Amino acid sequence: MTARPLDTARSASAPSSALRGEPLLDVSRLTVEYVTERGAVLACNEVSFTLRRGEILGLAGESGSGKSSLITALTRLQRLPALTTGGEIRYHTRDGHLLDLVTLDERRLRPLRWTELAIVLQSAMAAFNPVMRLKAQFADVIVEHQPGITGDEVAERTGRLLRMVGIAPERAHSYPHELSGGMRQRALIALALACEPELVVMDEPTTAVDVVMQRQIMAQILRLQRRLGFAVVFVTHDLSLLMEIADRIAIMYAGRIVEIGAPQQLYTDPLHPYTRGLRDAFPPLHAPLTKLAGIPGSPPDLRDPPPGCAFHPRCAQRLPECEQVLPRLHQVLPQHGERQVACLLHDSIDPGGEAS
Amino acid sequence: MSQFLTNGKVRIGLAVFGAFLLIALIGSWLVSSVLGTDPHRIDYDALGAAPGGEHLLGTTTSGQDVLAQLITGCRGSVAVGLLSGVLAVGVAALVGVTGGFIGGRTDQMLTAVTNIFATLPSFPLMLIVAGYMANVGPVAIALLIGLFEWPVCARYLRAQTLSLRGRDFVQALRMVGESRWRMVLVEIMPHLTGILSSLFLRAVVTGVFTEAGLRFLGIGGGDSVTWGTMIAFAQQQEGVVRGMWWWFAPPGLFIALLGTATALVNFGLDEIGNPVLRHSSRAAVRRATAHMAARRDRTNTVEVAS
Amino acid sequence: MTATRAAPVQAPTQLGKYRGPRTGSRAGWSFLLRRLGFYLVTAWAAITLNFLIPRFMPGDPAVALMKNLQQASGTVPNAAAMQAVRMFYGDPQQNLLQQYLEYWKSLAHFDFGLSVSHYPTPVSDIVLEALPWTVLLAGATTVIGWLLGTLLGAFLGWKPGGRADSLLTPITAFFYSLPPFWLALLVIYVFGFTLGWFPISGGYDPDVPFQMNNLWFLLSVLRYGTLPAFTLIFIGINGWLFAMRNVMVTTVGEDYVLLARAKGLRPHRVMLRYAARNALLPNVSGLALALGSIFGGVIVAEIVFTYPGLGYVLFQAVSSHDFPLMQTIFLLITLGVLAANLIADSTYVLLDPRTREQR
Repeated sequence: MTARPLDTARSASAPSSALRGEPLLDVSRLTVEYVTERGAVLACNEVSFTLRRGEILGLAGESGSGKSSLITALTRLQRLPALTTGGEIRYHTRDGHLLDLVTLDERRLRPLRWTELAIVLQSAMAAFNPVMRLKAQFADVIVEHQPGITGDEVAERTGRLLRMVGIAPERAHSYPHELSGGMRQRALIALALACEPELVVMDEPTTAVDVVMQRQIMAQILRLQRRLGFAVVFVTHDLSLLMEIADRIAIMYAGRIVEIGAPQQLYTDPLHPYTRGLRDAFPPLHAPLTKLAGIPGSPPDLRDPPPGCAFHPRCAQRLPECEQVLPRLHQVLPQHGERQVACLLHDSIDPGGEAS
Repeated sequence: MSQFLTNGKVRIGLAVFGAFLLIALIGSWLVSSVLGTDPHRIDYDALGAAPGGEHLLGTTTSGQDVLAQLITGCRGSVAVGLLSGVLAVGVAALVGVTGGFIGGRTDQMLTAVTNIFATLPSFPLMLIVAGYMANVGPVAIALLIGLFEWPVCARYLRAQTLSLRGRDFVQALRMVGESRWRMVLVEIMPHLTGILSSLFLRAVVTGVFTEAGLRFLGIGGGDSVTWGTMIAFAQQQEGVVRGMWWWFAPPGLFIALLGTATALVNFGLDEIGNPVLRHSSRAAVRRATAHMAARRDRTNTVEVAS
Repeated sequence: MTATRAAPVQAPTQLGKYRGPRTGSRAGWSFLLRRLGFYLVTAWAAITLNFLIPRFMPGDPAVALMKNLQQASGTVPNAAAMQAVRMFYGDPQQNLLQQYLEYWKSLAHFDFGLSVSHYPTPVSDIVLEALPWTVLLAGATTVIGWLLGTLLGAFLGWKPGGRADSLLTPITAFFYSLPPFWLALLVIYVFGFTLGWFPISGGYDPDVPFQMNNLWFLLSVLRYGTLPAFTLIFIGINGWLFAMRNVMVTTVGEDYVLLARAKGLRPHRVMLRYAARNALLPNVSGLALALGSIFGGVIVAEIVFTYPGLGYVLFQAVSSHDFPLMQTIFLLITLGVLAANLIADSTYVLLDPRTREQR
């Protein structure tokens, strides 16, 4: 395993530690709808968050909470009938430009794909083209974004990328179906890093493999992330996994972020009743054995969401006004830093800073 | 199922289909009472007349009314289509559902037979069998067509039955010890009605198609009129070379109309399964996209102010 | 960085064990062998069917044949002709099994008997003369129609519900519903009769010497072939367009297409190398399945255009009750379909590294 960065020539300017901590992505009031005959379904409802360079943001929620819609909107990969109908995704490029990914036209977006913005999908079996050898699937993206590169350089880079995730370079000649499941998933991660992106969106990258492999892959992702310094948006329904890897975690419910904060905070002191439910449903692997508690009820029908707080029908602590008033994401306690929650149980603080 | 009938394409397709069925049913009455003629009567004053006047769609070279033939031919064609369709889907259901449900060696055997029949070139085979049978009536032709048409349907039905067999409710019934045939008839068949009717529709049209082809080649005697015989006579009696389009064009178009109707029904079914294709949702999408495009124009620049 | 970051995780993974290229070639061969076995069984079924049909038809075909022969030649068939008929249907004294074995023996010697309508020409002579025409017409039109249809279908299915798709797909459905023989008549009417651009019957100019090395002859073959070829290509395009479009519609939703877009590849590359390349696979196996019905279309086209191929000869044989000729042609067409199937299967093995049977 070599310790040097992927591409010494470029990494001077690329995922730069100098910029680490600077904002990379500013998502504000992002709204994604599924347009159907019988009206629109709000898959993401005014989602806002900020992601800094080199940060790992975890995104957790049940299926149907809108997390997948959110990442296809972030990466502009959504297909009809899904549509981004409101909000902005402000992206700070490496060379200091600020772009709105919602309105950026496809032609100008294409050079940014994979060089700034890569994605790792849930199932590598489905994500690799079954009829192309791995090397061809690495080569086409490398050549696309670096047209002058020679064949030897491409092969060499492919080999290095594969080795980085613990795959023998000769494996580049294989077809996807000739690899084991775990190997495929790691190859997919290597592919995502082929052009040294600033941001890698990971959509449940380890759900398709067994638990042991899952640990290995997570370790690898963390190591690579620390070495190369890319930011990660990590989507999963497994909160305990996020507790171990994320810098911050956002909890989604019915298309909205209901709570966002550091893992420790969310774990020791969840503010939103839904977060608490999720935590109790997924204990961390290293925690002592406790009684598991599920969340009663099922996620709301997004075609006809309940009024007020969408969680109120399942909430044990609901107040009468929860049925009418929609809680906004707000800061709660000044010492909690950037911690925010959307729940009427917790009063908001004034921008001035005094807790009420 | 409720979606099924509200889909516009399905409705139009079924309406066209129904219209042809109706014509087939009341055709002879229409011709004798409304047109006041019969498809074989020869009008010596109008040999090969163009459309208009007494003969709405003109006459053949031998002075027979084209419209009367077209209406009468509908019955002949549709009857053969229906009969062959019933036979094809019947055999297919027997072979496909049995194989898919029982599985094991029986299934392998039935699948092999199905594949062999599907691979054999059916049209020349029909031609030869018909050639051996000196005088082939409409019923024989329908049976012949049905006999070579079932393999395709059987494949679909087998696949569908296989997937049904794996479902929970069937597994559960097995545990309970429900008898096999009762399970097939009461539990499996109702779930197959959708695909069965779609296959039947297609089989009917294939039947009409093939019948026309065989009759066009002179297979099948008797003086029964079908769309196929009309086109055949139009060719034999120089209707084509004399440019009598009103003679050979309508029957071909009617056959195509019937085929398009089936295609429409299938399009509709696709749309129900795959919402992206739905027209009305496309309209909604278009509105939403236009809205976003307008927003894009307003910002008009890629860079946003920071 | 939070403390949880330091959670114990396992040691770096070992390099994936390289088990050598587990190439698809061996699997591919076993797939092809299995298919070959199936085609042999199918060929056996066709040959047996060919043997059984005349023996189980109502009436005695041998008698009918004799009667036909008498009508055709105007004389009482001589001993040799009687013998030919006997040979073909087997000695009635023998039981069915013996007849069956005799039948196989004559097949093994490529002895297909004598034609009745062209008595005493051997059936094999007539068939060999017609064969190249059909191979040429069917081969060229199937390949061209498949290529064009598949390409157009990939294009339409790339944006399902798009403008081109919603306009062209229903039109194609209508075209596809047109009966082939009727289409052929229409083509004759429009291009041959009304516009007079191309000859409407025959396979070559009868006024030009029939020589392969004569350019004028070859040109006339092209000219005479235009209308039948156009008809068949038109039918083929519509069918394949439809099939490809429907597969493409589901393929564009696959994850590997999404990933290809995410990679920032050029749209045409995503469409061709990722979506269409995969959508092609069912279309190739579909080609094998459709070959039987393609031959149906070729036969009809040959008949309408009096094209001197197997289809037209078959038609003549059927109308003149020339049973030996009929059966030989059916056998030949079946074998042709099976051979073409095998080609399609081999193509599939080349195209799909996974090479496993569908379903």
